[in-house]
Amino acid sequence: MLEKILILLCLSSAAAGQLCKPDASDGYKVRLSIRTALGDQAYMWDKKEMFLFRSTMAYAMRGQFNGQEFDCETNELFIVLWNFPSVSNIIVCEETPRVSFWFVVTSPLNTSNLVDKKNVEEAVRKHRNRINSAFLLTDETLEFDGIPRTLEAPFTPDTPPWLIVFGVVMGTVVAGIIVFIGSSVVQKKRKKNRKTPEDEDSEEEESRGKTVENGAANEGVYNMSFSDDERFTRI
Amino acid sequence: MRLVLPNPDLEERIPSYEDLERMEKETAADRPKWDNKAQYLLTCVGFCVGLGNVWRFPYLCQSHGGGAFMIPFLILLVLEGIPLLHLEFAIGQRLRKGSVGVWRSINPCLTGVGIASLLVSFLVGMYYNTIMAWIMWYLFNSFQNPLPWSQCPLNANRTGLVEECARSTTVDYFWYRETLNTSTSIEDAGGLQWWMVLSLVAAWTLLYVCTIRGIETTGKAVYVTSTLPYVVLTIFLIRGLTLKGSTAGIKYLFTPDVDELMNPATWLDAGAQVFYSFSLAFGGLISFSSYNSIHNNCELDAVLISIINGCTSVYSATVIYSIIGFRATEKYDDCVGNNILELLNAFNYPENSITESNYNNVFNHLNTTNPAIIAGLPIKECDMDTFLSQGVEGTGLAFIVFTEAIIKMPVSPIWAVLFFVMLFCLGLSTMFGNIEGVVVPLQDLRILPKSWPKEVFCALTCVISCAIGLIFALRSGNYWLALFDSFAGSIPLLVIGLCEMISVIYIYGIDRFNKDIEFMIGHKPNIFWQATWRVISPLIMVVILIFYFVTQVSKKITYLVWDQEAVDFPTLEARPFPAWINVIIFILAGIPSLAIPVFAVYKLIQKKCCKQKDYSEDTLETISAKIQMSDKIKF
Repeated sequence: MLEKILILLCLSSAAAGQLCKPDASDGYKVRLSIRTALGDQAYMWDKKEMFLFRSTMAYAMRGQFNGQEFDCETNELFIVLWNFPSVSNIIVCEETPRVSFWFVVTSPLNTSNLVDKKNVEEAVRKHRNRINSAFLLTDETLEFDGIPRTLEAPFTPDTPPWLIVFGVVMGTVVAGIIVFIGSSVVQKKRKKNRKTPEDEDSEEEESRGKTVENGAANEGVYNMSFSDDERFTRI
Repeated sequence: MRLVLPNPDLEERIPSYEDLERMEKETAADRPKWDNKAQYLLTCVGFCVGLGNVWRFPYLCQSHGGGAFMIPFLILLVLEGIPLLHLEFAIGQRLRKGSVGVWRSINPCLTGVGIASLLVSFLVGMYYNTIMAWIMWYLFNSFQNPLPWSQCPLNANRTGLVEECARSTTVDYFWYRETLNTSTSIEDAGGLQWWMVLSLVAAWTLLYVCTIRGIETTGKAVYVTSTLPYVVLTIFLIRGLTLKGSTAGIKYLFTPDVDELMNPATWLDAGAQVFYSFSLAFGGLISFSSYNSIHNNCELDAVLISIINGCTSVYSATVIYSIIGFRATEKYDDCVGNNILELLNAFNYPENSITESNYNNVFNHLNTTNPAIIAGLPIKECDMDTFLSQGVEGTGLAFIVFTEAIIKMPVSPIWAVLFFVMLFCLGLSTMFGNIEGVVVPLQDLRILPKSWPKEVFCALTCVISCAIGLIFALRSGNYWLALFDSFAGSIPLLVIGLCEMISVIYIYGIDRFNKDIEFMIGHKPNIFWQATWRVISPLIMVVILIFYFVTQVSKKITYLVWDQEAVDFPTLEARPFPAWINVIIFILAGIPSLAIPVFAVYKLIQKKCCKQKDYSEDTLETISAKIQMSDKIKF
């Protein structure tokens, strides 16, 4: 049983050999940088991992054909519905020690036809996250040559945070200015109020002193209007 | 043998020793005073230690022979910086007035020196506070994770990064596009950038609230603004030394190259740095020292502050270069890593087969066997020295190089906040001195009514500076700032400093000055001060001034432009200024310098004219003028 499967596999790979070649028009080059991504916890790239890759790609391509618009001219949609791509449809070649290789996807109906490059790209982009996480890698360490990374827009909050900080700072500063100016205005008012009762006291003393010195109690009344003028001119 | 120019009636303009002793005993309410010595020292240290210590000195040190630069720096510190500082402190303390008052007291013809100080303080304050606005903008933007300058925005159709950002770096893009939104030439003014206007307004109102009552408020603020930078520098030093590659930076900084000492440009730059670093000739130091008690030891203060300033320069250079070393190492590792990746991908070697240690061997081997393939690869030259010497001066250091280093550190927002708070405090304490150098002479000049309180003078200064400073919030604002920086704060200061020295030593009289210092601190200044004040320092200043003038005038003035279409983008391109810039340069550098002779001539003419009308000043001698007749006399 095992030998039969082995022979089948060899046959299929021999047939696929002409389809998968470097710079194939419908193929993609894949490059993995496992050691860069995982460091000490890097796993060895072996046949098991290659099988995982092929099955992950088959999974991605299946999602591609589910309810997709298909080429109506060839009328293959009806047949495809129960002819999903499987692992054997993903053909890999040109493996290098870098851990890079080329792969092509054959059509599930006719293994000598290749699935369009655009479809493969769409499938990869849609499932990029799942493909990456199957290998514990990221967009940078699992590269599909020619398929650009899906870029995440940098997170922009609704109110720019700097405006909030600005508001806080300006609020404190303006409060400080009001406090300072207010306190100096209050201080000036207090000074003025203190001066006027002082003036009145000293003038009363003078008038008392004068009347006593002059002997008669009612000889003269101190002219307050004159001292009023004096108060103004002092400024 | 003493060269002293004739200066009649000097005695009548300055307070005598008896007046000073009397003023000392009466607690004069009209003149402000320091609460304690620490406040005074912190304010002076804050004024002297500014952004230049952090982003000018390290660059000069490294580019002029590293450790060997210390030699001309220290020599000129001792021969030029300390004597000038002592002179300003002593004259301010003795005559107890701001800069205009001091020079007017010495001789009315010298009022121009005070006015020149006022103009220079005003112009420098305008552009310096714009740098503060930029620092505040970065500070406001540091309170988020990830930091906004760590990512490039996507372009319109979301297929890739914005082209300008992809070609340069994220930090470059954030600085030139999102902060400044810079135009491609100084003639292309662009419009006002509203976020810059907000930051500018924030900077000026914050400055106003700190200086609203003069040294009453700044004296309290300096407890924080003068001490916090040292705390942050220490934190950064500890953080920096634990990062990879920091020692490479420090080694690069201090590696001595004794040949540089033969280069006159080294000595010139050292002298200029000492002069500007001490914030001399702004008038602020004279003002600050005039609030001291009459017997304060100004000699010790001058020496102490000079030492602190010098040490701070060296300390901050160490910190800055440890972080720069870290950044350069990161960039170098990235560069080599990219090259290795290119080789691995092209030749399909397994990972980790090429490392940094065998990279050169492998590269050479591949270059000989497969030169065609190698030529097609984007292999970059990775040179550690290039990375270490990139943009390590001025705004480039703070807003590009350092911000890039910060995003590579873990917990970046904290380091960003700390760094920009430090820069902010350094700049704010310098601005206190600038405002003092504008407001006090303005009050002394009596152009505006005397009854106006200090708050109004401060407000007037801040509002007018902010309004004119709006040109720095235009799209071409960065170029205007570079212009101001080169011309407003260079030649006029040297001229004023020279005039100050000559005025005190030769017009006020070195003998009188010596006696004053003996009266104030108890002993006559020794031979070191005599030699430096009379001969050495003026000579050094004349030499620096002549060389500066000659180099500025002879070389074609260019400015660096951020232009996407330039050939070497993202390197800045040098472009010549348009012709009408010469008018602006004359206003910036010429008017303050010319204020000195113009005012001298004006006062001389005034005196000559007034001599003919002298009779109007004669007073009648009457009894009633001599006896105080007051209504309050008690009979």
